[in-house]
Amino acid sequence: MAIENKILQAAKDLDTHVAEIIKWHFSDETGSPFWLNWAKDQSWDPLKEIKTFEDICNKFPNFQDEWLRDLPNKVWVPQAYKDRPFNIFETGGTTGMPKQRIGWDDFRIDYTAFSETLNDEHFPKDHYWMMVGPTGPRRLRLAIEHLANQRGCSCYFVDLDPRWVKRLIANKQFDQARAYMDHVVDQALTILKNREVSALFTTPKLLEALAERKDLVRAGIKGVFCGGTTMDKQYARFLVEEVCEGGKIGFVPTYGNTLMGLARHHPISRENDYSIAYYAPQPRAVLRVINTENNQPVAYDTWGRVELSTLTKEFFMPRFLERDEALRRRPWTEAPWDGVAEVRPFGAMQKNIVEGVY
Amino acid sequence: MSTPHIPCLRFGVPYRSLNHSEVKDYRDGSVKATLSQVNAGVIRRDLKTINQARESLQKFSTKELMDISFKAGELFLQGDLPIGEDGSIQSAHDYVETLSSTSGLPHVMVRKNMDKIHYALTHLELILNGLTRGIDFSVLDQGYGKHGGSPVCFFPTTHALGLVMPSNSPAVNSLWLPSIALKIPIVMKPGRDEPWTPYRLIQAFIAAGAPKEAFGFYPTDHEGAGDILKHCGRALIFGDKATTDQYAGDPGVQVHGPGFSKILIGDDEIENWEKYLDVMVSSISDNGGRSCVNASAVIVPKYGKEIADALGQRLGPLKPLPVNDPQAVLSGFANPKMGEWIDQTLVSDFSEKGAIDMTAPYRDGDRLVKAEGGTYLRPTIAYCESMDHVLANREFLCPYASVVEVNQDQMLSAIGPTLVVTAITKDADFKRQLLGASNIERLNIGPISTMKISWDQPHEGNMFEFLYKRRSIGMAA
Repeated sequence: MAIENKILQAAKDLDTHVAEIIKWHFSDETGSPFWLNWAKDQSWDPLKEIKTFEDICNKFPNFQDEWLRDLPNKVWVPQAYKDRPFNIFETGGTTGMPKQRIGWDDFRIDYTAFSETLNDEHFPKDHYWMMVGPTGPRRLRLAIEHLANQRGCSCYFVDLDPRWVKRLIANKQFDQARAYMDHVVDQALTILKNREVSALFTTPKLLEALAERKDLVRAGIKGVFCGGTTMDKQYARFLVEEVCEGGKIGFVPTYGNTLMGLARHHPISRENDYSIAYYAPQPRAVLRVINTENNQPVAYDTWGRVELSTLTKEFFMPRFLERDEALRRRPWTEAPWDGVAEVRPFGAMQKNIVEGVY
Repeated sequence: MSTPHIPCLRFGVPYRSLNHSEVKDYRDGSVKATLSQVNAGVIRRDLKTINQARESLQKFSTKELMDISFKAGELFLQGDLPIGEDGSIQSAHDYVETLSSTSGLPHVMVRKNMDKIHYALTHLELILNGLTRGIDFSVLDQGYGKHGGSPVCFFPTTHALGLVMPSNSPAVNSLWLPSIALKIPIVMKPGRDEPWTPYRLIQAFIAAGAPKEAFGFYPTDHEGAGDILKHCGRALIFGDKATTDQYAGDPGVQVHGPGFSKILIGDDEIENWEKYLDVMVSSISDNGGRSCVNASAVIVPKYGKEIADALGQRLGPLKPLPVNDPQAVLSGFANPKMGEWIDQTLVSDFSEKGAIDMTAPYRDGDRLVKAEGGTYLRPTIAYCESMDHVLANREFLCPYASVVEVNQDQMLSAIGPTLVVTAITKDADFKRQLLGASNIERLNIGPISTMKISWDQPHEGNMFEFLYKRRSIGMAA
């Protein structure tokens, strides 16, 4: 199918999905208390007026993530899930009460789908993985284990507490931050020394730190699945060409969070200047790069604010403004919808953003 | 010529980063070059195999490397050398014009800086003799030998000399030049606005026959600079007080910050102060007043106001001149905000009781001026009633000095840590006290400009002693 047709079909599929999700979340039999109550306060009826994704963009205001911090978890439970205990996943929360998203099967669905994008050469089946990064109350920890399991693998874990690292850096305790990073890397190296591991999930900085202390190719690593912080073009190139030795280790950058799931990336190489473009797992989640002044997508290959809409039966989150900015990229055959590229913290060019050593 | 791109050099091999910064004309902001900015990981990775760089230099004798340095000096001063990565060539004239356009230094000052660097490269034997106290260079090649009848053995303290360079004064590059003849490769972060001089020097060395592997040129960010300082066993850093304070006390890092250099006049010579006005003026204003060896205070037992007024008369009328005017004394600011900040600071500090701007009556206008297409600060002489005034011991990136009256017997304790002191006195007791003062790095006795460099003596630390250590050695017959 030509790309133009794929784009049209994807847009059609998205609108069909939107109609189904709106019906689910705003019907008394299936919806969650939060959205049912929210709809009562509006002068319009989502069930009647939302038929397409464009309707969502035009009618819904930006989702306020404070709701996830301030309201009790139970308000987000759709009727259909009321008899099942839920997982509670946290996001952010350097200080004070963190924001929480509840869930049941979404992470399995998202990561099962993502597994299809990984190749067996770099992420061999029936072996062992290691995750070195934020575990604790994050969705990512269960998601990575599920992804490994999905591929017939088991996964070792080394935790990193990003809240502590951010606090150290905010207090300018750089030595402590470095010592903590060394502590995390030491644990990962111990696992690598004593156990067979072929795939890693970690953050770019930790990957670099691991590679500085151990030859990862000789250690048996075949694939690295990497995300969590900004990777500009030069950094991505360095990780691919030097840390991963120009393809000896498969490098899979990812963009994701507790609220979205996981976005896949367009292959990167010298040909596209290592500019990493991510594509949301549409129709379950949609990323737009917009001008917040007029709520319109910016032109392709220009900068705008990243806006996320999550559209699953477990969680409806329309038009949440991420704290990131990115370049808007064109659809590609494997993901015929808009992508977000060179993601960086919003305002990164104007001020230094604390991303930490992780 | 299209805008050149200056790449990073990894063991001398150009590496074009996907991140670029721009080096801009100080007047109209036009881009004169783009510069490859590398992530810190690139530097850390290269430092793991830095031995290859040192080995490349060890294939040469010290004498051969001094000859290469000599040739590099000539090429630097007069040659056509590669700039960027597309085969473009930079003549000496191009270098003067381009550096002037991005640094704000008038051509005459760029040429003076070139001359200093040229002198250093073509007189390395003199310099190394001074640094090593006359050791036979074969001792350095062999690692051991005899000196003054005693066995001596030297070993390198590092595999590379790290350099975090400034943007304000090209001649500071002369400090690292002996490192190549001493067989220690360099790993440099150039100043953000001044890649020209180190890049041209590296190209001159390579064209003269030095192994390219000995040169690491890494435009990078704070993390990269920190890694150069942390992972090279020995490093030099140039910066303001806040920057250099971070590394004070680290024996592996030689800190080059503000100099707070001063001229002192003793009781015995103060009646002749007018004779010494020229040396005061040149110490304060040469090189645009941008160097750590520029005098930033004149300390006298009396006639403070009169001296300040006389300096005000001499320096106050100085104005920006076209960059190619041979009489140009003032430098424009590559970053106009820096000029504005200095001006605001001076205005605020003068509002504190006890200081008078002695240049103001002779300046016929504001201190901060837009002229010749750029931003300039005209000279400032502050008469301060005591050393306690906030302006008494300050240093700014422009011709600035305070004049303060202090009794001779209190001068040495009042001046604090000082890079260069020019003490104008013939008093034997005062000279003895000066010679014994531990807070003075370099001492001139007599009317010698603080700017005058003595190449056969160490400047801000002995580079040989920084890069080599002596150990005891025994050799079975």
